[in-house]
Amino acid sequence: MASLRVLVGCKRVIDYAVKIRVRPDALGVVTDGVKHSMNPFDENAIEEAVRMKQKKVVKEIIAVSCGPTQSQETIRTALAMGADRGIHIEVPKGTEENLQPLAVAKIFAKLVEKEKPDVVILGKQAIDDDSNQTTQLLAGILEWPQGTMASVVEHSDGKLKITREVDGGLEDISVNLPAVISADLRLNEPRYATLPNIMKAKKKKIEKMSPEDLGVDVTPRLKVLKVVDPPVRAAGDKVPDVATLMDKLKERGHI
Amino acid sequence: MSMRGISLLYNSAKSNRLWQPAVRAMSTTSFARGIFLGELREQEIFPYPDVLSTDQKETISMMMDAGHAFFQNTNDGAANDTNEKIPEDQLDEMRELGMYGLMVPEEYGGMELTNTMYAKFGELTGEYDLGLGIHTGAHQSIGYKGILLYGTPEQKEKYLPRLASGEVFACFCLTEPSSGSDASSIKTRAELNDAGTHYVLNGAKIWISNGGIAEIFTVFAQVPTVDAKTGETKDKITAFIVERSFGGVSHGPPEKKMGIKCSNTAEVYYENVMVPVENVLGEIGGGFKVAMNILNNGRFGMGACLTGTMRMLIEKSVDHANTRKQFVSNLREYQGIQQKIAMMNLLCYANESMAYMLCGNMDRGAPEYQLEAAMSKIFASQAAWDVCDETIQILGGAGFMKDVGIERWMRDLRIFRIFEGTNDILKLFVALNGVQEVGKLFKKQGNMSTAIGILQKKFLGGGMGALKTKVHGDLNGSVKMLQADITKFHVATAEQVMKHKKGIIEQQVVLNRIADSAILLQSMAAVISRANLAAEKGDVSELALANAWCGESHQRITKLVADLQNPHLTKVDQATLDVGKMSLNSN
Repeated sequence: MASLRVLVGCKRVIDYAVKIRVRPDALGVVTDGVKHSMNPFDENAIEEAVRMKQKKVVKEIIAVSCGPTQSQETIRTALAMGADRGIHIEVPKGTEENLQPLAVAKIFAKLVEKEKPDVVILGKQAIDDDSNQTTQLLAGILEWPQGTMASVVEHSDGKLKITREVDGGLEDISVNLPAVISADLRLNEPRYATLPNIMKAKKKKIEKMSPEDLGVDVTPRLKVLKVVDPPVRAAGDKVPDVATLMDKLKERGHI
Repeated sequence: MSMRGISLLYNSAKSNRLWQPAVRAMSTTSFARGIFLGELREQEIFPYPDVLSTDQKETISMMMDAGHAFFQNTNDGAANDTNEKIPEDQLDEMRELGMYGLMVPEEYGGMELTNTMYAKFGELTGEYDLGLGIHTGAHQSIGYKGILLYGTPEQKEKYLPRLASGEVFACFCLTEPSSGSDASSIKTRAELNDAGTHYVLNGAKIWISNGGIAEIFTVFAQVPTVDAKTGETKDKITAFIVERSFGGVSHGPPEKKMGIKCSNTAEVYYENVMVPVENVLGEIGGGFKVAMNILNNGRFGMGACLTGTMRMLIEKSVDHANTRKQFVSNLREYQGIQQKIAMMNLLCYANESMAYMLCGNMDRGAPEYQLEAAMSKIFASQAAWDVCDETIQILGGAGFMKDVGIERWMRDLRIFRIFEGTNDILKLFVALNGVQEVGKLFKKQGNMSTAIGILQKKFLGGGMGALKTKVHGDLNGSVKMLQADITKFHVATAEQVMKHKKGIIEQQVVLNRIADSAILLQSMAAVISRANLAAEKGDVSELALANAWCGESHQRITKLVADLQNPHLTKVDQATLDVGKMSLNSN
């Protein structure tokens, strides 16, 4: 019964628990020596693919990561969670910051051409750039239907029923395959890799390529001008009554 | 000069490593032994062992992530302490995670981790739940370690798969009501039946971790053995693999303890247990060595585990110092607090450096490491206790409150200075081994006056030349201090040996000063070596830590050596001991 093949993206990002520090040149954040892990939404994506495989809806999961050499570790985590093989699109160390959603979407489009999956699942957004664009761009390039911010995904008869988390609440849609999905946090509870699975993952294959091998130009279209800390929160004032409050607000030009 | 009583102490001449040497063949001499001889054996400590391949680093990094996730999401150390139990479904998750077979070869279903990788993973239990750490450690670090080290292929095939999966638990059964430190005095007996097919086991063990839940027991018992040469029958300790299913094995209720409460500790009774002869572990009569080697082999685990504990406690202390305000400033502004935080960091750094030097050298194939292992255990357990004590002090009254969560760590940590070889015994072991080295040196040098002459020359500054190893310039001061301190320590120790001769065995006050100095010297070497490696790799931030610890150690060693050489102190020591005798006699 298992027939679908899934391509899942996973990005190596600074671990969510780390205290971010702005670089001295104010063009980014400090990444050297800082703990990195798989983007949390991508964990949801991998987990969903693995569950679909366990339900025998999916027969093969290919985990893809675009990044420096260390992205291999992220792919290995995906393999340990249950992906079957990996593809590492390697870029020179230090240039991974310049890999923007359009470039990544183009890379994925080329991989789709190559691997011909039925579904592509990505994380909703990466917690470093918070773009929330790659899924949408990819769907556009491929001219495939998209189900973004998915919190429920069900398969039946060559279609996917997806519940999306939108500002107003929840939206149910149905998409024909092939399709692109982006995973939201409430889609599932990602498993952590067990040690035996980590050992098994070492034997699974990871194919390495460069963007050039796929004929993709990853030159950034956006340039970061400045990265700064959010302003330090100023102390508040306590006022005795509403009248004083109104005066203060007027004084400061808030009303 | 033979040291009567050294025979009580064990001697593992052969390496008990499980894997072939990875990088280079180690020489057969340990750095710690060199200290006693006034030697700085630089080839033993440089470079700092860096034994993990890129692949292994990646693997352990992923395992740590999985481990952290388990401990953060599933494990609740405080609840385990209150309930004095690890919930059954959590044990299942630990089995699934693969936590019970970390060092078992892959062919038997284990993770086949090296010592260093196991140590790294062990930091997790130190960071989150020491009780759980003892449960898993009693199982794999000592419970079935004997099968890993001494098991026949048949024994390994039969037992390791079920143990590695956690299907059944194991425990290490040596201690008895009247035999703790004096392990060779155990009374449990195993006598061969007439048919020659089974040993009949009778006895009682106490304070056995996992005793109430284990299925497989590594049991040590006296076996009447006929001496081939003399025909005399003597009791010799033999190690056995005992299954609960053999019948006759029972256990007492879980002990109510000060700490590590979720770890099951129980008495285990053996009543006419029929143990097949195939279940002898190692050689008949070789059980004492088996026991000591199992403990020796697992000792590195404590240093690593407690590194995790100390880091966690330091983080809590720093958080508090940065946020708590009293009088005019945050606590961090006060020198008293700064000193505490500094010392906690230095202790943690020195401990970590020693622990990973130890397991790194074990992985590199060091044939002998028993002194270094003992030193690491002594240092780690005392350092962790002190760090926890100071954490509570920094937190003030809050540190004393159950909900804040620190007091549980204090209760959990107390046992670490006692079990796996009490620090008191291990210190004597270190000192007496060292003293034995000095004795051997005197023998080689011929007569006493020659020996004294050589010592005098050393003392007057015929000291060590420059190191052959290129060391970062910032460490030169510490290196010189270490060289000078090793020399002074050697002279002072040799003088004591000359003074007391065989009687030095009784001089525990002196031996403790010797042991304390040797451990500090070892720690200085470890931090210098480690900081040097870090600097070579481009990270110079550790140099300050290493130098600060060396400065602190140098102060302490200077005092200890001065005490050893101070004739007046002998009288003070004796006066103090006499007070002790008065108290002991008054009962």
